[in-house]
Amino acid sequence: MISFIFKRLLQSIVVMLTVALIAFSMFRFVGDPINNMVGQDTSQEEREALTERLGLNDPFIEQFGRFVLHAAEGDFGISYKYREPVSKLIEGRLSATLELSFVSAVLALVIGIPAGVYTALRSKGILSKGIMTLSLIGVSLPTFLIGILLILFFGVVLRWLPTFGRGDVVAIGWWTTGFLTASGLKSLILPSITLALFQMTLIMRLVRAEMLEVLRTDFVKFARARGLPDRAVHFKHALKNTLVPVITITGLQLGSLIAFAIITESVFQWPGMGLLFIQAIADVDIPIMAAYLVMIAFFFVIINMVVDILYYTVDPRLRADSAT
Amino acid sequence: MDLLNINHLRIEFPSRHGTVVAVDDVSLTVHPGEVLGVVGESGAGKSTIGNAVIGLLEPPGEMTGGHILLKSQQIDTLNPEAKRKIRGRRIGMIFQDPLTSLDPLQTIEQQLVETIDLHLKLGEKKSQERAVDLLRQVGIPDPENRIKNYPHQFSGGMRQRVVIALALCAEPEVIIADEPTTALDVSIQAQILELMRRLCKDKQVGMLIITHDMGVIADITDRVAVMYHGKLVEEGTTEKILGNPDHPYTQSLISAVPRPDIRLRRFPMVNYIEEEGERAKNIDLSTHWLGRVRDYEALEGPLLSLKNLVMTFVTKPALLKRNRMTFNAVDDVSFDIGQGEVFGLVGESGSGKSTVARMVCSLYKPAAGAVNFAGTDLTRIKSENERDFFRRQMQMIFQDPFSSLNGRMRVLDIVAEPIRFHKLASSSREVEQIVMDLLDHVGLGAQAALRFPHEFSGGQRQRISIARALATRPRFLICDEPTSALDVSIQAQILNLLKDLQEELGLTMLFISHDLPVIRQMCDRVGVMKTGKLVEVSATEDLFENPTAAYTRELLDLMPRLDQLSHKGLEVEAG
Amino acid sequence: MADTQTIEKTRLQRFFGSDIWYSFTRHPVAIVSAIVTVVMILAAIFAPYIAPHNPFNLASIDLMDASLPPAWYYDGDPKFLLGTDDQGRDILSTILFGARISLLVGFSSVIFSMVVGIALGLISGYVGGRTDAIIMRIADVQLSFPAILIALLIDGVARGIIPKELHADISIYVLIFAIGISGWVQYARTVRGSTLVEKSKEYVQAARVIGIRPFTILRRHILPNVMGPVMVIATIHLAIAIITEATLSFLGVGVPPTTPSLGTLIRIGNEYLFSGDWWITIFPGITLVVLVLAVNLLGDWMRDALNPKLR
Repeated sequence: MISFIFKRLLQSIVVMLTVALIAFSMFRFVGDPINNMVGQDTSQEEREALTERLGLNDPFIEQFGRFVLHAAEGDFGISYKYREPVSKLIEGRLSATLELSFVSAVLALVIGIPAGVYTALRSKGILSKGIMTLSLIGVSLPTFLIGILLILFFGVVLRWLPTFGRGDVVAIGWWTTGFLTASGLKSLILPSITLALFQMTLIMRLVRAEMLEVLRTDFVKFARARGLPDRAVHFKHALKNTLVPVITITGLQLGSLIAFAIITESVFQWPGMGLLFIQAIADVDIPIMAAYLVMIAFFFVIINMVVDILYYTVDPRLRADSAT
Repeated sequence: MDLLNINHLRIEFPSRHGTVVAVDDVSLTVHPGEVLGVVGESGAGKSTIGNAVIGLLEPPGEMTGGHILLKSQQIDTLNPEAKRKIRGRRIGMIFQDPLTSLDPLQTIEQQLVETIDLHLKLGEKKSQERAVDLLRQVGIPDPENRIKNYPHQFSGGMRQRVVIALALCAEPEVIIADEPTTALDVSIQAQILELMRRLCKDKQVGMLIITHDMGVIADITDRVAVMYHGKLVEEGTTEKILGNPDHPYTQSLISAVPRPDIRLRRFPMVNYIEEEGERAKNIDLSTHWLGRVRDYEALEGPLLSLKNLVMTFVTKPALLKRNRMTFNAVDDVSFDIGQGEVFGLVGESGSGKSTVARMVCSLYKPAAGAVNFAGTDLTRIKSENERDFFRRQMQMIFQDPFSSLNGRMRVLDIVAEPIRFHKLASSSREVEQIVMDLLDHVGLGAQAALRFPHEFSGGQRQRISIARALATRPRFLICDEPTSALDVSIQAQILNLLKDLQEELGLTMLFISHDLPVIRQMCDRVGVMKTGKLVEVSATEDLFENPTAAYTRELLDLMPRLDQLSHKGLEVEAG
Repeated sequence: MADTQTIEKTRLQRFFGSDIWYSFTRHPVAIVSAIVTVVMILAAIFAPYIAPHNPFNLASIDLMDASLPPAWYYDGDPKFLLGTDDQGRDILSTILFGARISLLVGFSSVIFSMVVGIALGLISGYVGGRTDAIIMRIADVQLSFPAILIALLIDGVARGIIPKELHADISIYVLIFAIGISGWVQYARTVRGSTLVEKSKEYVQAARVIGIRPFTILRRHILPNVMGPVMVIATIHLAIAIITEATLSFLGVGVPPTTPSLGTLIRIGNEYLFSGDWWITIFPGITLVVLVLAVNLLGDWMRDALNPKLR
């Protein structure tokens, strides 16, 4: 177990370093960082002094090393556009994105998995066919269009729910939460549904496909031949075996929610990291883009670690293999 | 009293191409303490009967006639819930593949206790005791501790014992076993059959064994029912069916079974089975392209000589050499094969016999040792072009007829590929002519050339494989279990074809099989392999009559006896 | 005897006799989706000939016609069946031209992904060892980032490198590259898996025993046998690529407004949605959804038809 975690940790560090390299190369080679930081009328000497001060004349490895060390402390430099530390800009928006992603993840899992199981078990039923058709429409609707339609219907026509922003938030240290106010909760409804819908359909279809696969295996047939009732066959044997492969992909999917939030945030003007990022792209604000990339990779690595450990505890075959 | 009655059973599978009658008017009876064998080749409908009895017929199959009685109670018309209560409680089932029959995520205790408690309502504690007791009965050593293990921690044979224990959980009156030993090695097969027979007699259970294997039939059954294309063609005591069958199909089936006790010149063909059996047209080898196979210059010594061959596989990769785990799949193997000789290599799965074959034809690179072919050490050849010269002289026939042909290519292109690659014909017209002659020669007919592999049966595909192997005009042919995936009657035809080709073309052969009777029919000399080592090499008849190695004796003892087999119309070859 | 004509004929007969074709004729949803897809593709290809107006010809645009509702409304104009946008362009015509851009980007990026993915997948699966490990590691890392994020990043970087005046001209190629490069992993993983399976099959070993060289084995034997699942992925990927393009254009980082795609049209219309001019957004939206849905349904059917276990 220890060596397993250690191995994963090592792999994660390699992934993080790769991403950091990409992010750093972006910062260093896309456009001229000096030109982006100073005004038109800055003299040549001042420019050279700044170049020296920022260490841009040092060897590549040294610069990269410094970038990694600073990034590890949360320091991603100064935004070209806002002239403010990137870390500060992100800090204010991190909680907005994470809360939105979290609610969406819960929605996607809580609805997606049971729906997948149901449609696999009653694959010929009318309700199943209906759910499957709906899910296909769900996959075919671009997220931004879902957002627009929800806004049009619940916001403009019915005027039930707010269509932009987070509502009132409560600050707990640097973290701001919308969970504690009525308007905060209300503001979460439409964006989180928008963000969850696509993942929900994916998870549902995945669970369904895996479950159908498991239901055809010999051990399910043998369990039936022993006279076990359907309930035991389906939920004791089939479901558990279904979830083993599903865990990995679901983990990846939920991780991508954080990045997919870009679209939702820009439709709903949700003040999160995604909105910051999309504006940074339009302005070619490289330090923010680099920071965002590293942040996303970091969340992914964390989620992957959790998934791997989960996988390891669920499947006895893995445990035995590393034991011997 | 009758235990299980199957009366005039009819099962149909509607499909796109019309309704297939899988089982047609079959009646069978099983008595307590009796083992009834249902034997037949693939597609005979034997497994469908088992599934129907247990009430798990796979859709779209449906029972369209007859009834099934358990102790005079009709069970096929019961509602699903009542059928479920019979499964496991009164009728147990054992499937073919023990590796996939158990839930990999639950300990065998969880699976046993679940089943026992469901049917016998003993409660947790009593169920656990009974589970341990069952494991002891089926011969699992140290059951108190082993019961906590997961399925993957058991070997194949042990898992089949666990499967049998699960089938016995509630003391069923009838057990249906569908090919229970097909996935197992011979030595384990014998133990499992012995266990099943003992349990059947001790507990007075009626057992229905479904199999394609005459060895299993001879070993365990009291009575046999023979099926062909969904119909019951003959039924009788095991002695009668094996020794003096009445029906022409049974006769042809029995005569196609390879004899462990005598060597035949050829398998007699009682032409009951409709496959393009005999040569459509023979080609005149004295003038034909293929006849030039015999033009290789004669050699002084052996054609193939293996010296201290070793093959190592990495079982646990690691960056550092000392952390790597390896095992020797082939360990210091040496033998010679003379020109025109058929050399057999026999052993159980994992003995390394196929690995030897793959090293000979350069699919694997040996870790150590030499492969001398016609005086040249193949392991020292560096350039691909130089190797091509030897590849042409050496071809291979594989085990699985369904994966050994590329399904996207026409038969013409499959057989022509080696001719084109080695540039053995001058024009595309000549290539086509040679391919069609080859297809004729292996008994398929030239019109097969324009069709695709999926249009052919297993035996026909194996003929295509043989034609492809002949298409380089090789002098040396490696046959890696060429018939183990085929039905016994098809196997007899393919073995006859190989014998004929070997004789008329003067081929040298390395013939690999796990099946001792087949080896006896085919080979001049035999090597016996065990866990990567060659334990004995002898002339075939000596090996069967006077084995020297202890392992060879063990293998021979485990071989199904088949003494009762009819000897009618056989042509015995002097040893 | 085996002249090419008879072979061609048997190939065609083989297709119409196949289980795939049979399943297709028995699947009304698949037939309808196929028809819808083909009609939309044809309409997009021939947009310059069938569109009632040329929305990019500034001479033919009259601001007096701006924001007209669909023709069946009382203040609609029969000249403009689906109404006009804020600049007086005919919605139906912009949709036809927009679908052209969307499909062009979709198809091009799918082909791009496919070529890269198949090549790397074949190499990875057949060669194995370190090559395989490196390619699959890269794939794993890339898989950690959703396609949309990668496409956004590439677009952002391109904006930084390419001068502004050039950017509008080549942004469509950047877009194709961005969407294409973000999709190769799926192909590579699937092809690698199938290659591993096919490689261990005896027909490949037979080819090796004959002496056939690795490249020929890959091209002649393995590639045709791994194309089934690739076609399924490609179909579903086409739907995803169209959505991704629309999303990027909606976010304002896709194709420039001078050559609007469906996504751009929705973005433009979105600003007028709340003022009641719903048709500017809704009609391009419906077109996009119908197109993607048809392609998705086709892919869904194809996956089931190619997987005999599911039938």
